[in-house]
Amino acid sequence: MNILVCIKQVPDIEQIKIDTSKNVMLIEGVPTIVNTFDTYALETAVKVKDADPATKVYVVTMGPEKAKEALKSCLSVGADKAYLVSDSVLADSDTLATSYVLGSAVKAIEASEALSFDLILCGKQAVDGDTAQVGSQLAEYLNYPQITSALEIALDGGKVRAKRETEEGNEVMEAALPAVVTITKTAYEPRYASVKTKMAANRAQIPLLTAADLALDTALVGLNGSAAKVVKTFVPERKKGGVKIQEETGELAADKLTALLSNAGVI
Amino acid sequence: MSEYKNFWVFIESQNGEAKNASLELLSPGKKLADAAGEKLVAVVLGSQVEAAVKAAISYGADEVIKVDSAEYADYSTEGYTYALEQLVNKYKPATILIGATGKGRDLAPRLAGRLKTGLVADCTGLDIDASTGTVLWTRPVYGGKSMASIEIPSARPQIGTVRQGVFKRGEPDTGRSADIIGENISIPAGTIRTSVVEKIAEAAEGAVKLEEADVIVSGGRGLGKPENFSLVKDLADVLGGVVGASRAAVDAGWISHVHQVGQTGKTVGPKLYIACGISGAIQHLAGMSGSDVIIAINRDCDAPIFDIADYGIVGDIKEVLPALTEAIKKLKA
Ligand SMILES: Cc1cc2nc3c(=O)[nH]c(=O)nc-3n(C[C@H](O)[C@H](O)[C@H](O)COP(=O)(O)OP(=O)(O)OC[C@H]3O[C@@H](n4cnc5c(N)ncnc54)[C@H](O)[C@@H]3O)c2cc1C
Ligand SMILES: Nc1ncnc2c1ncn2[C@@H]1O[C@H](COP(=O)(O)O)[C@@H](O)[C@H]1O
Repeated sequence: MNILVCIKQVPDIEQIKIDTSKNVMLIEGVPTIVNTFDTYALETAVKVKDADPATKVYVVTMGPEKAKEALKSCLSVGADKAYLVSDSVLADSDTLATSYVLGSAVKAIEASEALSFDLILCGKQAVDGDTAQVGSQLAEYLNYPQITSALEIALDGGKVRAKRETEEGNEVMEAALPAVVTITKTAYEPRYASVKTKMAANRAQIPLLTAADLALDTALVGLNGSAAKVVKTFVPERKKGGVKIQEETGELAADKLTALLSNAGVI
Repeated sequence: MSEYKNFWVFIESQNGEAKNASLELLSPGKKLADAAGEKLVAVVLGSQVEAAVKAAISYGADEVIKVDSAEYADYSTEGYTYALEQLVNKYKPATILIGATGKGRDLAPRLAGRLKTGLVADCTGLDIDASTGTVLWTRPVYGGKSMASIEIPSARPQIGTVRQGVFKRGEPDTGRSADIIGENISIPAGTIRTSVVEKIAEAAEGAVKLEEADVIVSGGRGLGKPENFSLVKDLADVLGGVVGASRAAVDAGWISHVHQVGQTGKTVGPKLYIACGISGAIQHLAGMSGSDVIIAINRDCDAPIFDIADYGIVGDIKEVLPALTEAIKKLKA
């Protein structure tokens, strides 16, 4: 079994502060991490390998040179080999362009490793943009079936079987391989790296794939090649000075709140 | 590009009934269509969808395109993408609005990928950019810490999924009429490569429609034990609301996941959201910060939930919740 996990390096959004005087996001210097959902996707793949040691787990990211750190972190927790797709022409690609690049990378990695991936795992969404689109669009590019928001997977007989979250409860869905599955927050936590696995990851060779290596049509990537373009970003107005009630007893607090709500026409 | 015109709203249906998440897009869709001088078309895809078609017309569709066949009784990514692809190629809409439901967010990227066009996910604002005439889509990024306004300048159709509860459903006008175009689209054999082998229904709880509720009272780890969800339920009952939960409460096994609000749960936008014993982690806020009025009850006066609350009570939920339920009962009596 050959599994490819698509990962993205993202800023640790929990550490992003807002400068309320200027109403701007302070993103400079915020540490980067492997997108949380991608860590669950990787752990899901490595669990397959635990059960079947013949399994190979590859990781790929499209990003700046710095994204190598994220790939190394993946190598330290069970990935066998990592590829970096990096090229200045790829900056600001939208999800359609990103899936074109990743899809092309899938083909290139398959060719250079002389294998074909049975399963491609993505995170449910990247927590910087929260779009949850690249997995499905990669599946479309490759013409594979997709299963989104999976909590766990099982592989057998040329099929992947995934328990997935829906609004009405969970369901079990099956897809013929090869397939793309996106992983949500799993019941299990990703494993930790050890000193030894970290050192090995640091020494690992990470092949670089450029736009030329992937024979990309540069008219379809980067800002100019993207169908969707960000025209502006802004920090939303914060609700200022909510009313805080602190009273001796629960009754007093409840009465005060009820009066306020009733006056404001909320209830 | 100019051959593409009209605004489509994709009407998601379940057992023939239109989802609220779709119907509530007809009124903003109508505004945008009017501003662009185009028609508002409801696209109803499903099985035995008479009721959904009627609802779409009563909420403002100028025209309906209907694909009604048993083949569409159950949603599948590939089947629905196929049908919509055929319709788009035939009718060439300029814009498609899709409710950001679980199915909507599974379908939209596949469809946008198929059509090689742009897609904006989970929008909370819709406008027309007066200078270009294209739709200006606004959406939260970085877990809601920032917003981004996005345009799809030239690819068509421009597609967006729209967060539930942002636009309120208007009043239906059952006297309205509209042209209904029936289309027969049969899904070619082999198109659908997935199958649902088991549905793990959450019994009666499956009925909780958090996304459609006007009032949500949510409980978190601060409840301390599962029995205390009855305090949350009592308050929800007097307010005519439904019960939500944080992930911590769900993970503890106190309540089922269908109640969960947040990044890996439901995105909600009720008129009133009451967070009880919830700290306000960014993943929780991502699902509820768009609520009209937010009340927080927490014994830690520094809990981040207070930063976004309009009203906060610093106190113990075991004391405050029963008192609040009583006070509201009295007020309503
Ligand atoms: C990938 C990922 C996805 C996630 N998705 C979601 C999601 O969709 N939804 C979600 O909610 N979380 C999600 N989380 C988890 C999130 O990070 C928080 O852990 C979670 O929201 C915390 O839940 P809580 O506020 O109930 O618990 P806590 O953070 O433990 O807060 C409990 C609060 O209760 C207060 N309290 C305690 N006792 C009392 C009392 N007697 N009276 C009053 N107040 C009391 C405490 O002061 C505290 O503020 C996600 C996390 C990850 C990593
Ligand atoms: N630049 C990227 N490189 C590799 N994988 C990516 C990239 N962007 C997105 N993905 C994958 O697609 C998933 C969904 O991302 P998104 O659609 O951006 O929310 C992520 O969890 C990753 O698995």
